[in-house]
Amino acid sequence: MPKVDYKNLPVNYQTSVQKAEMGLWEKIYYPEVIRGLWITTGHFMRNMTVHTLHLFGLAKDKRGAVTYQYPEERRPIHRRYRGRHRLTKKDDGSERCTACMLCETICPTNCIYIVPEEHPDPTVEKHPARYEIDILRCCFCGYCVEACPCDAIRMDTSVVEIANWDRTKMVFKKEYLMADIEGPGAPPKDDPPEWWLK
Amino acid sequence: MATKEKEFIGAAEIKEEEIPVEEMFLNMGPSHPSMHGIVRIMVRITGERIVWSDVEIGYLHRGFEKSCENNSWNSAQIYTDRLNYVSPIINNVGYCMTVEKLMGIEVPERGEYVRTLVSEVSRIADHITALGAAAMEVGAFTAFLYAMKAREWLYDLIEAACGARITTNFARVGGLCADLPEGWIADCKTMMPQVEGVIVEMDKLLTRNRIFVDRMKGVGAVPPDKAVEFGFTGPLLRASGVPYDVRRAFPYSVYDRMEFTVPLGTNGDCFDRFLVRMEEMRQSVRIVYQCMEQLPEGPVNSDDKRAYRPAKSNVYGNIEGLMNQFKLVMHNHGINPPPGETYCSVEGGNGEVGFYIVSDGKDKPYKCRCRPPCLPLVQAIPYMLRDHFIADVVPVFGSLNMIGGELDR
Repeated sequence: MPKVDYKNLPVNYQTSVQKAEMGLWEKIYYPEVIRGLWITTGHFMRNMTVHTLHLFGLAKDKRGAVTYQYPEERRPIHRRYRGRHRLTKKDDGSERCTACMLCETICPTNCIYIVPEEHPDPTVEKHPARYEIDILRCCFCGYCVEACPCDAIRMDTSVVEIANWDRTKMVFKKEYLMADIEGPGAPPKDDPPEWWLK
Repeated sequence: MATKEKEFIGAAEIKEEEIPVEEMFLNMGPSHPSMHGIVRIMVRITGERIVWSDVEIGYLHRGFEKSCENNSWNSAQIYTDRLNYVSPIINNVGYCMTVEKLMGIEVPERGEYVRTLVSEVSRIADHITALGAAAMEVGAFTAFLYAMKAREWLYDLIEAACGARITTNFARVGGLCADLPEGWIADCKTMMPQVEGVIVEMDKLLTRNRIFVDRMKGVGAVPPDKAVEFGFTGPLLRASGVPYDVRRAFPYSVYDRMEFTVPLGTNGDCFDRFLVRMEEMRQSVRIVYQCMEQLPEGPVNSDDKRAYRPAKSNVYGNIEGLMNQFKLVMHNHGINPPPGETYCSVEGGNGEVGFYIVSDGKDKPYKCRCRPPCLPLVQAIPYMLRDHFIADVVPVFGSLNMIGGELDR
């Protein structure tokens, strides 16, 4: 192996991280233990004070710990979070999807299954007779939402509890995906947000 | 009683060679509390001393390269999320930069800044997890919990930016999935001092802690020439004293405009790796601040119609945008890089994450090879463990920060 001059490689700004050897202070060990305990005790006292204040209904804006008492308390989920899919609806309550198959094409895991059919209304060309998402295969990449040319599928439901006792029930049908979602994480009904249209 | 005590004291005075010890074969893993993920370390020990060791990898093999060949250029990106799953954004950025290099696409300045910004945020998350886990394995559980708290804040930032905590899927060929949301910079500005506080606390708890230093210092040392021979990159190489950082050596994105230092160790032992990671986190915080200061206005995505999807207002509103959208998604259309091959690398959490891609001009990669930074580190484990005790396996393995998804691909 050729000799490499490691010290003079053409890289600027380098610093050494070498610390001084441990002195007597660290080798005695107890002062450092006390210093460490000082930090942990500080955290403990602060957290306990906040929790005690919470008991009396005070200082609700401060958090005692970073953990959430799920399911009583839920973590706020950002609007951009890719949760369970939903199919958006037109004003008359029918699905906005035109069965163009773009989401089925782009899906990396092939978890979307669409059966298109003629729409009963002659002014509308197609609509999906079946629209199924196998949520067990889905990898929540969000490409279906990006591919959709008519804003028919969105992942802004903030639904993260997707569980069931039966695998067959995890293939979500069109009606289920179109159902209204109630609760605190309910998606907005208005037009897509500004950042999405950019 | 007195004789028994005497016997006991006498036993301690017998020299090591005189104790009749049998060689013993011991498996650590595949499923062991101190193994991050699933990997098997086989050791042959006499007493507590390791005489031979080997690593068995591949328990998490998923066929990354083959999966990429069966997906379109953009869809292959989701598999890069699963490589280093502690800092997936860096992998996303690395993959997209490679495809952009092949196609000759320029990302706007703001896009590059945002990429750098979120990459550094996830690098802090990566290092803080690695250090916390390494500290936990040698007994410092408090430091681990504080590190996890800080990681939670950083993951919150990442979730706000790209919609997922781990499977981020943030970058796209020619830009990003979206610009940073409103108020993200303000959130980041309030979060970073807190993260810095956690780094200071970890420093106070660990760096001068005698138990920790005794476990880490002088353990698993790799001299610089050996480190280069093994193909180390990243914090482990720098801990050995070799100043190689992809961000400095081959500046990508906007790293050439950033002021940061490349921390170097001298001994290449576990403690130096700890110090290097610690210092790198501080430097990352520094880069994050600089990025936020310099962040320009403007678009984040390239307007190259070959690669990046048209704006949604055009897709919903006019036929040109709609046709462009269909052209980019349909089979045998999509992104078609010119035939050729290219390699591009970024500095990941563990070192140089490189992607080597070959295109035959179709809408799918002909070949997508990932250079995992973990593999050279793991292949050096037998070297690092020579003449060590069985208890040293844990700090050595912890300081490597092996990530199963990246190692086995």
